[in-house]
Amino acid sequence: MPSLIDLRRRIRAIKSTQQITRAMKTVAASKLRRAQERILGARPFAQRMLQVLNSLAARVDPSAHPLLAQRREQGRVLLIVITADRGLCGSFNSNIVRRAGAVVVESADRQIALGLVGRKGRDYFRRHGFDVWYELVGIFNQLRYGHAQELARVAIERFTSGDSDAVYLVYNEFKSVLQQRVVIERLLPIVKLDLGEETAPSAGVDYLYEPAPEQIFKELLPRHVEVQIYRALLESSAAEHAARMTAMDAASKNSAEMIEQLTLYMNKVRQAAITREIIEVISGAEAL
Amino acid sequence: MALPTHLALELVTPDRAIVHDRVDEVEIPGADGYFGVLPGHTPLLAMLQVGVLWYRKGREKFHLSVAFGFAEVQPDRVTILAQLAERAEEIDVSRAEAARKRAEERMARPVIDMDFERARIALLKSLVRLQAAERARIRT
Repeated sequence: MPSLIDLRRRIRAIKSTQQITRAMKTVAASKLRRAQERILGARPFAQRMLQVLNSLAARVDPSAHPLLAQRREQGRVLLIVITADRGLCGSFNSNIVRRAGAVVVESADRQIALGLVGRKGRDYFRRHGFDVWYELVGIFNQLRYGHAQELARVAIERFTSGDSDAVYLVYNEFKSVLQQRVVIERLLPIVKLDLGEETAPSAGVDYLYEPAPEQIFKELLPRHVEVQIYRALLESSAAEHAARMTAMDAASKNSAEMIEQLTLYMNKVRQAAITREIIEVISGAEAL
Repeated sequence: MALPTHLALELVTPDRAIVHDRVDEVEIPGADGYFGVLPGHTPLLAMLQVGVLWYRKGREKFHLSVAFGFAEVQPDRVTILAQLAERAEEIDVSRAEAARKRAEERMARPVIDMDFERARIALLKSLVRLQAAERARIRT
């Protein structure tokens, strides 16, 4: 039977852990609120962008642009994996890493280059001896559009230079506070634009362009890539905070339960000790 | 087809949607110069430069500073995708003023390793912010 002092010590230890998990939960909740606002603010832009791109694609020959060029060989792929910089957020990082790792292992014959965003993913793939082509860590504290621009630049460079035939994004999508979903999305070549849906009553009328349509198209496509990446980064950041919040909430609950059980046990032990002492005293008195 | 009476104006940046409104008139800083849009305008797709954009709703006029992006005009709606955009009343005039001074100083004494283009753009942006704030002030 453990001694009273040991039990007290354990309870105290759990209590201090609980304090930490509670604090982390509160912090994650407030960060989540901000991240959620940002992702909700970013979605309309991405949508509008796609609409404009679609209406433009109907009028310009899309095969002309290198970012749209489909390659026959889909062998060499660049996989951009977005994880968090910190842990303690449940299965958030391990889900992503497992999924991305599976893709890499599955296609051992293909050459897969890894572009890693977030410290956790980088550490994992480095430790396991994967070939890391590009990494970007420590950005989630202050996520800016510039980060997406930088990422888009290197991805486009690699794609147009022919080192990779396709670029994929792997990230956690923020579905709701309780739900994150790992998604794999093709970034390049840009997914065949959907021309059927909603082309306004003026579809027949040709647009005026200022400057020439080809030039606008050339500007618009890289922007589109940037926006896609930016959205993925924001999704991931919101999902990370949501995952951490749920994980810390569960941890706080578990520790509360543990404290309760241990306290009960401790009381039993204490009573047993008292009873024993009384019996000893009484039997001592009787013996006299 | 009857001409639409209003324009559905939508102005979004990568970070947030700024304007979502029914308006009567818009003036946009296009790549080849400012142009005005009234309901029933021919479909148009333009690139934006750094400049002041305003829209009119009834008798009220609203100013914004915008920089880089695209504008899509349809007879009954205007969609603006801007990299940067700020409402005139959100512009921090003293900060823009400081940015203008800094950019001007930098351009005045060319150093070899300086990024002249960046300084020029910074100057342009600060000027436009000041301009937008200025015009909004005159209105009110």
